[in-house]
Amino acid sequence: MPETILNDSNFEKEVLESKIPVLVDFWASWCGPCQMMSPIISELAEEYNGKTKVAKLNVEENPTTATQYGIMSIPNIKIFKDGKVVDEFIGVQSKEAIKEHLDKIITKH
Amino acid sequence: MYDLIIIGAGPAGITAGIYATRYQLKTLIVGKLLGGVASEAFKVENYPGFKAISGTSLMNKFSEQLKYLGAHLQQKDIEKIEKMKQGFKVLTGDKEYEAPAIIIATGTKVRKLNVPGETEFTGKGVSYCATCDATFFKDKIVAIVGGGDAGATASLQLADLAKKVYWLYREQKPAAMPSWQEQVRKNPKVEEINKTNVKKIKGNVSVEKIILDRDYNGKKELMVQGLFVQIGAVPSVDLAKDLRVKLNEYGYIKVDEAQKTNTDGVYAAGDVTSASNRFKQIITACSEGAIAAHSVYEYLKK
Repeated sequence: MPETILNDSNFEKEVLESKIPVLVDFWASWCGPCQMMSPIISELAEEYNGKTKVAKLNVEENPTTATQYGIMSIPNIKIFKDGKVVDEFIGVQSKEAIKEHLDKIITKH
Repeated sequence: MYDLIIIGAGPAGITAGIYATRYQLKTLIVGKLLGGVASEAFKVENYPGFKAISGTSLMNKFSEQLKYLGAHLQQKDIEKIEKMKQGFKVLTGDKEYEAPAIIIATGTKVRKLNVPGETEFTGKGVSYCATCDATFFKDKIVAIVGGGDAGATASLQLADLAKKVYWLYREQKPAAMPSWQEQVRKNPKVEEINKTNVKKIKGNVSVEKIILDRDYNGKKELMVQGLFVQIGAVPSVDLAKDLRVKLNEYGYIKVDEAQKTNTDGVYAAGDVTSASNRFKQIITACSEGAIAAHSVYEYLKK
């Protein structure tokens, strides 16, 4: 499944009310490292299909959500479970590092 | 089995990949970040052929050329490189690759201030990438640390959005190119503070103030909501150390004119090396990458 595209209006439904954990990648077009994260996010969306919803939020177009979650540095990845942030990454991450954290969160489910 | 594995996908690694592919070497490039630190450059105005281009756009063009030539690129982390009886084994989390020659082009990582509060507030006011994060500091007060080109350009970038910018550096005079200094000084929003270090970063949820090592306007406290750290970089040499590659006194990989290290079959290129008079530019990294690929070609021919 491709990643879910989030915006200020669908964030609550897609993320906060999700039955499964949600990984949200906060990004912007001017951020080089964010663009570099993009293929990793797409791969994770495929690999975690059904287990974790993998989603992206463009902070440029959706400042309300970005401000609400206190985003001051991107790339910023947050993992939500039952509507709450349970894990967070700031800066470029390897796919392995993200998977390690995701797997732990899923098994605790 | 490859002829050559290149570690790092910045300008040096990509250029080495372009040359190696054209030498018809079966080449794999493994890198964590496509474009490396160059992808964070706000604006590049000294790469011939492009009047002014963002680092990301230029790096995308680099990788397009690599794809066009048919080199294999894997975007992943490397756990380890092992020296075998003949050649080398590169281990990623889930795969292993082998080749008789390696080019290390791992570049540098940001130098941190190493002061209390820095780790705690990373992403909460402390940033290392002005291009990425300037936008979150609209109408706020920020400080930039570092007297080099990166510090000067970050000050200018932030001045476009922030209410006020303090440009701090420890030297008497900043090391930034005169043209950047002139632009900074013309900007009414930027206040320069020389001969000063940041001692501590304080706040609750996010950065609220920094503590300086000497008085500024009669106080050591400076109220800021953001702190951009631009104090240079340290070479990423962890993988090179596995291969017992020699470093120079500053921690950069020692290479000769052919970009060869002291270990047979191991070459290095770009910001991670002692070459190019340690002038860290996209163009010098490319040059080293091209030379390294040529040297590998010569080495494998033997």
